[in-house]
Amino acid sequence: MKDLVYLTDVVTLSLCGKTCNGCGMCIRVCPHEVFELSGKKAHIINRDFCMECGACAMNCPVQAITVKSGVGCAAGIINGILRNTEPTCGCSDSGAACC
Amino acid sequence: MNTFTTGIIQYAGASIPRVSTKLKTIDFLGSVMVRWGIRRNNYRVIPGLYAVGEPDAGSDVFVTANYKLTFDNVRKNLTGINGWILVLDTKGVNVWCAAGKGTFATKELVNRIRQVSLEKIINHKRIILPQLGATGVAAYKVKEETGFNVHYGPVRASDIKKFIADGYRADKKMRRVTFSLKDRIKLVPNDFMYGKYYLLGAAVLILLISGLSSKGFSFSNIPEKGGPAVVNILLAYFSGIVLTPVLLPYLPPRQFSVKGFYTGLMVFIFLLLFGFTGSNIIEIFSWFFIITAISSFLAMNFTGSSTYTSLSGVKKEMKFSLPVQIGFASTGVILQVIGKFI
Repeated sequence: MKDLVYLTDVVTLSLCGKTCNGCGMCIRVCPHEVFELSGKKAHIINRDFCMECGACAMNCPVQAITVKSGVGCAAGIINGILRNTEPTCGCSDSGAACC
Repeated sequence: MNTFTTGIIQYAGASIPRVSTKLKTIDFLGSVMVRWGIRRNNYRVIPGLYAVGEPDAGSDVFVTANYKLTFDNVRKNLTGINGWILVLDTKGVNVWCAAGKGTFATKELVNRIRQVSLEKIINHKRIILPQLGATGVAAYKVKEETGFNVHYGPVRASDIKKFIADGYRADKKMRRVTFSLKDRIKLVPNDFMYGKYYLLGAAVLILLISGLSSKGFSFSNIPEKGGPAVVNILLAYFSGIVLTPVLLPYLPPRQFSVKGFYTGLMVFIFLLLFGFTGSNIIEIFSWFFIITAISSFLAMNFTGSSTYTSLSGVKKEMKFSLPVQIGFASTGVILQVIGKFI
């Protein structure tokens, strides 16, 4: 698992323990084992494994999770700077493939 | 006519194409081509419902993207299964990227379920989505709007059978995204094609500089001096596009740009030992800056291909690395020119 860690202490992920209803959906959708269920609540156990894909927040039925999701892609960020938009893969205008 | 339907089945008043679970040579050729960027933007399957084997009302529904590479991978892994494939219109983009872009999304899934009248096809409420689609689909909203229960399956289609056998449960291993050597190497051709214009630009620039000497500019200098210069540029590319991805887990720095700097440094030392970095100290320093800048920049772009970098992380890395790369590249080019006049 160690090779999956990118920079530490940078991600925008946060989980509100009070709001969490313990449904476990975040655990099922997370590709990097960031969450764990204990005491009928989800907990962030591997914060630095998070890649801000946003799957957990998208599937949380009680909106207990927030994360500023987006593409972790330098080319996308450069595209965003050049076009003065959010980071983007850059080919969505033509409906074409990328990433 | 496409390469994968084997006929049409009539079911619940609808005509549904049946697809083969065997890939043909043409499918394989297509996948090699798109890896090299050829026809990549238009390698698509028509969205809608497809049948695999002899499905009935109790069969499973597998939802996927309309990138043909993805679709092929799904049908290949459904060999021996009787089921339905529901293809969403993701504009020819794979599941994970499409989910991030908002085409593999709640709205498209809900619309597609309605368009094919899925409730008339099956008598149960379970639809299986690839786990990586979760970035774009809110399962609870799909339930609210259509009554169907989204079951997030494994990340990889090759685990579908095990997922079903385990009672529609994806274990930890099936849910985990990895980034094996094989996965990383598959991305090399595409990254190479992505950088081809940068490569051409860099090669032309370096060839023009190699025409310079203390006597001014002459094209006749280019064949002799330009050859080694272009080799250096090519190897700097190789460093960023091939060496860094291959060595990714073994290069200690976390920042991709720093990993690329190190592989660039290795290539520079290699070239230095073989006398490719010029005859005077200025030229040698120039090549150090140019090679490491190119390698670092291309390695940084590999963040987008990788499976574990975050937006916040890449932004942080770039704030430091991009100015350094620009500084290195400019210094390198200036020294290169100065070196010609010594």
